[in-house]
Formats: sequence, C-alpha cells, structure tokens
Amino acid sequence: MHAASPDRMSPKVAKTPGALAVWLRAISMMGAAMLMASCNEGVLDPHGPVGKAERVILYDSTAIMLAVIIPVIVLTLVFAWWFRARNNHARYRPDWEYSGRIEMIIWSIPALVILFLGGIAWTGSHDLDPPAPLKDSTAPLDIEVISLDWRWLFIYPHEGIASLNRLVVPAGVPLRFRLTSTTVMNSFFVPQLGSQIYAMPNMVTRLNLEADQPGTFEGLSAMFSGDGFSDMRFDLVSTEAEAFKDWVNTTKTQGGVLDARTFEELVKPAKADGVQTYAQVSEGLFDRISSGHRAAVSPQRGQ
Amino acid sequence: MLGRLSWAAIPFDQPVVMIASGTVGFVIFCVLALVTVKGWWPYLWREWITSVDHKRIGVMYIGLALLMLVRGFSDAMLMRSQLALAAGHAQGYLPPEHYDQIFSAHGTIMIFFVAMPFVVGLMNFVLPLQLGVRDVAFPVLNSISFWLTAAGVLLVNVSLVVGEFARTGWLAYPPLSEVAYSPGVGVDYYLWSLQISGLGTLLSGINLLTTILKLRAPGMGYRQMPIFCWTALASNLLIVASFPILTATFAMLLLDRYGGFHFFTNDLGGNPMMYINLIWCWGHPEVYILILPAFGVFSEVVATFSGKPLFGRRSMVMATMAICVLSFLVWLHHFFTMGAGADVNAFFGVMTMIIAVPTGVKIFNWLFTLYGGRIRFTVPVYWAVGFMVTFVIGGMTGVLMAIPPADFVLHNSLFLIAHFHNVAIGGVVFGVMAGISYWFPKAFGFTLNERLGKAVFWCWFFGFYLAFMPLYVLGLMGATRRMQHYSNLHWQPLMLVALAGAVLILLGIALTGVQLAVSIRQRERNRDVTGDPWNGRTLEWSTPSPPPAWNFSLLPQIDRADAFWAMKQQPGTAPGRNVKRSYEAIHVPRNNPTGFYLAFFAVLLGFSLIWRIWWGVGLGLLGAIVVCLMQAWRTDGEIEVPVEKIAAFERLHGPKERAV
Repeated sequence: MHAASPDRMSPKVAKTPGALAVWLRAISMMGAAMLMASCNEGVLDPHGPVGKAERVILYDSTAIMLAVIIPVIVLTLVFAWWFRARNNHARYRPDWEYSGRIEMIIWSIPALVILFLGGIAWTGSHDLDPPAPLKDSTAPLDIEVISLDWRWLFIYPHEGIASLNRLVVPAGVPLRFRLTSTTVMNSFFVPQLGSQIYAMPNMVTRLNLEADQPGTFEGLSAMFSGDGFSDMRFDLVSTEAEAFKDWVNTTKTQGGVLDARTFEELVKPAKADGVQTYAQVSEGLFDRISSGHRAAVSPQRGQ
Repeated sequence: MLGRLSWAAIPFDQPVVMIASGTVGFVIFCVLALVTVKGWWPYLWREWITSVDHKRIGVMYIGLALLMLVRGFSDAMLMRSQLALAAGHAQGYLPPEHYDQIFSAHGTIMIFFVAMPFVVGLMNFVLPLQLGVRDVAFPVLNSISFWLTAAGVLLVNVSLVVGEFARTGWLAYPPLSEVAYSPGVGVDYYLWSLQISGLGTLLSGINLLTTILKLRAPGMGYRQMPIFCWTALASNLLIVASFPILTATFAMLLLDRYGGFHFFTNDLGGNPMMYINLIWCWGHPEVYILILPAFGVFSEVVATFSGKPLFGRRSMVMATMAICVLSFLVWLHHFFTMGAGADVNAFFGVMTMIIAVPTGVKIFNWLFTLYGGRIRFTVPVYWAVGFMVTFVIGGMTGVLMAIPPADFVLHNSLFLIAHFHNVAIGGVVFGVMAGISYWFPKAFGFTLNERLGKAVFWCWFFGFYLAFMPLYVLGLMGATRRMQHYSNLHWQPLMLVALAGAVLILLGIALTGVQLAVSIRQRERNRDVTGDPWNGRTLEWSTPSPPPAWNFSLLPQIDRADAFWAMKQQPGTAPGRNVKRSYEAIHVPRNNPTGFYLAFFAVLLGFSLIWRIWWGVGLGLLGAIVVCLMQAWRTDGEIEVPVEKIAAFERLHGPKERAV
C-alpha cells in the first residue's frame, strides 16, 4: 500500500471493485461474443457427418485438456502469489527440491491425458481418413476437382458436365472427390463439411464428404498458391435430390464444351471471376491432368 | 556486366517501400556519420567487430535480433492493418504481390533473424560463464558464425530496396518456389541469405556443443551442470543434427532453380512432397532449438528468484533430452492433409502428443519450484509466470492439432497461426525477455529499470492475448492464413481487436527502447558492484559484472549443482575470501577480423548469385577462400594477460563481502 492519506484513498478503494467488475464483465462479454460468433459459422457449425464427427473430437479433447490446464493455471497464480517474498505466513523451504511421490504424479498426469487423446487420435485418423468411404447406404456421387491458378474446376465424370468456381451437390448423398492441380499446391476445404485435403500436381488425392441438408457453404483454398490465392473461393451449393437432377439437366443443355482447347484457356493464370458451367467434358481430362500429360497446357507464370 | 540487375530492380513506383527504405537508409547514414565524427571507429573495430570474446559476440547477436525484431514487427503491423481494412469488397492498401512478400519476410525474419540470434546470443553469453570456463571452444569460429548470420540479415534487408523478396511463404514450398512459378529474384534472396546464415548457425552449434561437452570447470560433471547448459546442450545437438538437412534441401532447390535440375519440379520426375518432408525434418527440431533454451532460462529464473533449487532436476534433464530425441519423430504433423493415410497420420499424431508429456512435466516442475519459495517479483519472474500461464494454452491447442482429424479442419487456418504465435511469443519471446533482464547486469554492470520492464511485460502479455485470441476464433470460423483480403464481414471486428493487440505489443517494443535509454541514464544508481545482483545460484554470478575478458581469474572447483549458491552458504570458502590467491598468466584469444572479412565476401557472393553477376560470384568465392587460408596460417592466435594485470583487476573488482 502506498502511504496516501485515508480520505484520498477512500474513493479509490470504493471505486476499484466496481471498475474491476466492469472490466471483467467487458472481457467475459467479449469472450462470449467471440465464441458465439464462431459457433454460427465455420468448423463449429458443421452440416455434414464428417464435420460433425470432427467437432465432437474438438470438443472432447479440449474438455479433457482443460481439466488439467485450468488447475495448472490457477495453481501457478496461487503458488506465485502465496509464496511471494513479502508473505510472512508462507513457509520457506530453501532446500526442498525433490519428492518421489510428486514426481510420480507429475509424470502420470500428462501421460494419462495423452493416453486418452492418443486413443482419440488413433481411432479418429482411421474413422475419418479422407479417402475412406463414408458409412452410408446411398451410392456416392463422384466429383473430380482440379485446382487452377486461381480457380476451382469441378468435373462430374458420370454426368459429363463441369462447373467452374461453384460446386452443386445433392444433400444427403456421399461425395467422393478425387483431386489434383494443374500447377502449384492448393488445399480444398469447405469448413462446414469437414476435412480438407491438398490438391497437388501430378498427384491424385481422395476425400469423402457429405452435406446432410440443403444450403450454401463457402469453400476455399487453404494453401497459399500465389497472388490470386485470396479470391480462390467458391460456393458449395447443396440442394434436394430433385433440384440437383434439374441442375444437371439444365447444365447439359447450356454452356460450352470443355476440351483440350478450352482447357488451355483455363490454365492461364487468372483471378476468380464469376462461375461458369460446361455442358460437355472431354473424357479422361482429369486423368490426363493428374498424370502429368499436360505439357502443352501448363504455361509459366509471368513475373 | 551486372547480370539481371538494372534500375528496374528498385521499386521507385512503390511509395511505401521507398519511404520506408529511405528512412532506414537515412538513419543508417546518420549513425555512420555520428560514429565517424565522434571517431568511434577504432573503438568499434577493436572492441566489437573483431572481438572474439563470447560475451561481446553474445551481446551483438542480441542487438542484431532486437534490430530485426523491429523490422519483422513492422511487417506484422502492415499485415494486421491490411487485414483490419480489407473486408468485404475492400482490398486494403497492400496489393497481393506486395502483401505476399510481407508475410514471407515476416516469418523468415522472425524465425531465422530474431528468434535464432536471440537464443544463440543468450547461449553464447551465458554458457562459458555458467560452465566456469574462459571462452567457447573455438572463439574465432564463433565470430565467423556471428558475422555470417549478419551477412544473411543484410541480404534479406537489401531485398527490400533492390529487387523483391520471396512471395511463397516462409518455407518456400515448391512447386510455387520453382522457377516456373517464381521466376523473380525473391526466392533467390530467400535461399541465399538462409544458406549463408544457416552455415553460421551450424558452425555456432558445433562450437557450443564442443564447449559443453569438452570444456567445463574442474569437477563439473554432467550431473553438476546448470540446467540452462543442459537445455543448450539439447538445442545445439538439434542444430548440429538438423541444419545440414535444411542446407541440403535448399541446395537441391537451388540446383532446380539455377541448374535446371528436377528435384522438386512438377515435371521429369520431380517431387514437391519430398521438399515438404525434408524441410519439416529440419523445421520441427527447429521449434525445439528455440524453445529448449527458453525453458532453460525459466528454470534458472524460477529457481533463483524463489530462492530454492529447481524442483525435480533429474526429471527436468530427462524431459529435456526426451524432447530432444522425440522432436525428430513428429515432422509429418505439419502436413496431415497431404494424404499420407490413416496409419501414418495416427503414428505421427501420437508421437507428437507424447512430446507433450515431458513438456507437461517441466511445467509441473516449475510449479513445484515456486512452491515453498520466497519469490521476489522481479521482471524475469513476471515473464516466467506469464509464460507458464500462456504457454499451457499454446500447448493445449498444439496437442489439439496433433489429432489428425482435428487438424483436417484447423490446418493452415488462423487457428494454427494463433497456436504457433502462442508458443513462439508465450514461450520463446517471453523466455528471451526474461533472459535479457536477468543477465543484463552481468553483461553491462547495471540492472535494467524495473518499472519500465514491468510495463514492457504487461504490454506484451495483454497485447498477445488481444492479438491472438481473436485469431483462434477466426480460425474456427474458417479464416485461412496468408489471405490478403476476405469477403466475410463478420470477421472484421475480430481483425480489429487483433490489430489493437498488435498496437499494444508495438508499445511494448517501444517501451523496451525507453527502458534501455532510461536504464543507461540511471546506470550509476543501479550499478551492480557485487557481481551477484539477484542472489544467484550458478557460476556466472561469481564473476564481477561485467566479467573480465578471461571470465575467471581462478577456475572454480565444482562439486555440485548450484555451485555458487553452495559457496555462499559456507562463508570463507568462496574464492577470494580468506584465501591467499595466486594467479597465473592467462592466454586469451587475440582479436580477429576473419569473421568480418568473410561476411563481406559472403554478402558479395550471395548478392552476385542472386543477380547472376558471375564475376562477382568468382570474386566473392575467391575472397572467402583467401580469407580462410590466411586464417589457417595465422600463428599469433593468443595474447598473454600478465599476472599483474589480473591481480590488479581482482583488487579492484574481485569478490567482496556481499550484503545478502
């Protein structure tokens, strides 16, 4: 305490708890607002089985760890405060440096936590392995994803159509993706559906997702790929099965043809600008891209 | 004649860059002019530039790191302000081609030229003093290491004005960093500056490792070695084991870029995934290279200011060495999303979590060191307690991301950014700041201003929470890293909070400058005449502050850990008290300009390689070889300090009765 006169101190003393309470309330409200905001979108608001399973893992493992972390934080502050040099009530033990029992406990606590979490990690990686098919009786819809500089091309191989920068899918149907890239690496990610996976040149990665209800979910590239990266976003539109059929049929009657020539235009670096559909796609395009037979369609980037 | 270099390389059309570099250039000019006018060059040359004294080199490393912290933090301010503005349809004020350079430079500088020199500098300064020896194993090599690091720093900063920096992110993943997609000189600046400074780091690692393994005070076995030395041992083992991987990986990328090779290209059998594996085989140990010495600092600080030995010392050593080994078995967790398969992902996820066990043990050990202590709340203790509270949160989010399916939704998001800043700031920066205020009086002979030191701490502490807690939330909302603008307006308020946090940290950095200035002005008042201002436990506090060039006039005899504490408990046995002292002449290494000359030619070599000025390459290479040969044939490596000089020094500064 500073040596201030009592009458000068008293208003301050009276005010301090109030000010503290205001601050605490402000901070907790801010925290709550931040949490609420995050629950309304993104990975904490999943709309598919993969994302929901991953949210469970996020919550469970956070809870398990908080059970240890919070006591540790509290104990740190309590010990530091209680054993401050000026506290004459605290017992000073200048030579206390070892206790077998405590050692035992402090190795066991993190080990036990990790045993738990290790189990979650092991089963989680197997259950939610991106290439593993979803446990769903409905036949999956195949989609081929090609990342361009800096747009996304989605090919529906069985329907023979393609869509640029917009992915339309039926709700409640498993989506079976194969992904590749024309130039550099990108990561295909729709936060509200769950797992992301890299799209890499000369490589095919696989991913299984599902949207369990109609809606529009934002997709993006989660791997920096150059100047146009920030605009590499697309809408994933999940519709009822009937509406999806209608969309496929409409697309088949409209739009141009995606063949080697039009594709050559597409691979030229350009920022994402609107959506486009193709009524017809030359067969095996994805396989040609992913196996590297695209010397003619891979121009170098300018300065 | 000048390769690709022309006037077009200087960005006259970019006012931000020109004003910034103009200001920096002007400041440098003023400083040089001041030094010249005041006639300080001979002093600087003699006492600093050519000095091979580990203490001077340590101080220069930390000075360099502080300088680069300002540069790296300016980049951070640019990024935070850009993202606070560029919401919805707004594009902010930094176009992508500029913004991409800024985040790449920020990461590169903060890791290689701030965190590394901070940590290497602390180890350089402290290790020989704690080990009770007179210098590192190879003093000239030490100077060379420092100057090579400085050469890398210079090249990175030249890229601001001449040409451009990489636009690839701080690890320059191919194929983006290959000539096909990054044809400019940016990636070359990145690669050559890191090759040169990386060589310096490797040499420094070898040097410090040899020092710890081969030079210790008589009687000091591994069991008596101070805990900071143990963490430094682990850190330098990791440097020696992992930096060659980095050098080799960059060498392959350089061959791709300069020689038309195909290690990591898209065509002709190249495989970019190999680069990503290799770079993280270095990259994850690198994380522990930085954090382990910080753990060491906290161990020293917590024990000293609690007035107790470290709790569970053996546990602590085992935990340190366990982390050292395990850190090489986790690299794949940086790319669970590359499609490795469930078994591989699960293995690396579990291995990553296992590292959390020794780390958790360390936290508990510090906790029980506090228990039963008589804690003096000095500035280092503020940092230590702030660290313990903050770091566990970063550890928790780290373990969370070690679960592959959790990483599938958090990878590359702002959640990840928040996580590694949580451990980098909450761990490494807090540790270094604790270390600086702890050992500053040893280096300069007076303590730093406590009030301002605490103000600096609170700025960093609250600044960190304000800047990075919103990023955790943004990451969960689906915001990804390295975006230059975003359309979701809900993110903007959080981005503004993050900016406010960055401003608070900026204030903290500015206050560090004020703290230094005020402390220097008040140095007479805060003079440390005892050499032991904190009632320390380890040998560095048995020397005068600042210690003489030869550190110890008489080499101490050690028979236990916390050796100096033990000496103080038995009055009369401490060196110099009631003991007839007889000194012997000491050989100290002579000043040596080899490091400085080598750095000069390294800069010439690097710059010429970047711009393809082939005669410059030849000249730089030749110069470097000649300098090395001249060093190899030098025979006048040492000078003798006569007995009279040592005795005179000890009469003036030697141990006196301390008021404990």
